Amino acid sequence: MELTTRDFWGLVHGIGLGGLFLVAFAGGLAGLYSLKPGLVTESGVADRMRRLIVGTTTMAAVAWATVITGTWVVYPWYREDEPTSPRSALLASPDTDEWHKFGMEWKEHVAWIAPMLATAVAVIVLYYRQDLIRNQTARRIAMGLFVAAFVTAAIAGLLGALITKKAPIT
Amino acid sequence: MEGTQPQPAAAAEPPARPAVGKPEGPVAAVLIAAGIGALVLGILTVWAEASVGFSESLAYNDRVGPLSGKTIWAAVAFVVGWVALTLALRRRRVDLMKATVVSIVLLGLGYLGTFSPFFRIFESE
Repeated sequence: MELTTRDFWGLVHGIGLGGLFLVAFAGGLAGLYSLKPGLVTESGVADRMRRLIVGTTTMAAVAWATVITGTWVVYPWYREDEPTSPRSALLASPDTDEWHKFGMEWKEHVAWIAPMLATAVAVIVLYYRQDLIRNQTARRIAMGLFVAAFVTAAIAGLLGALITKKAPIT
Repeated sequence: MEGTQPQPAAAAEPPARPAVGKPEGPVAAVLIAAGIGALVLGILTVWAEASVGFSESLAYNDRVGPLSGKTIWAAVAFVVGWVALTLALRRRRVDLMKATVVSIVLLGLGYLGTFSPFFRIFESE
């Protein structure tokens, strides 16, 4: 069993950072959802806020790390100008070329919107901190952005997984 | 009249609540900046599809190709927009719902511009 440099970075980009993003999203969303005056005591807010800050800032940092490693480390191997590269292999057949033309072309661009949205959520949480429980408008906006960031990353992640299955980077 | 007590005016009609808490300006700034970043990415994606010359000019890195320029400029637009708007709005009270609507419109255009079936309409021959 051997793990090449390309395998390693593919795992870091797709599984490592992707998995961390999912965990941070689940924790952050639960924290934001439950941040209502009727559901949390005064003492509970401080503890919950610490976890919320960690969850949202982690999600933003992981989202940036995912798109940067994806674009600057993994993507160049995908698009190498060689007949064996995944891009060349997919475009070689009319049965598979849409995996590149639709899937990869969409994924490589749309993914970059996710870190901007996740950063906005982290900024809202860091700015209001405990006051967020009293500002339900800001809390709802943060939740909406958080879900949008996740859906955007999920689209990119799913397309990435399917494309990798069709034409793996070797 | 006996038994009738005059009500203080303030109790009968409470005054308009003054705005409290932190100013919303910095939050509005990051919301709109995210929209600006997405919009710039969408515009560059469509433009690069329509013009081979422009697409090649965005290829700052040979291995990454035009995606390098598109994403660098989108990130720069996000950061510069965020800093500039934060400086402009940092002490202002802003209607967060209005800022959200502006952000949603910009984000919507960004999503449209980065959607492959859409930008391929502009593909150069």
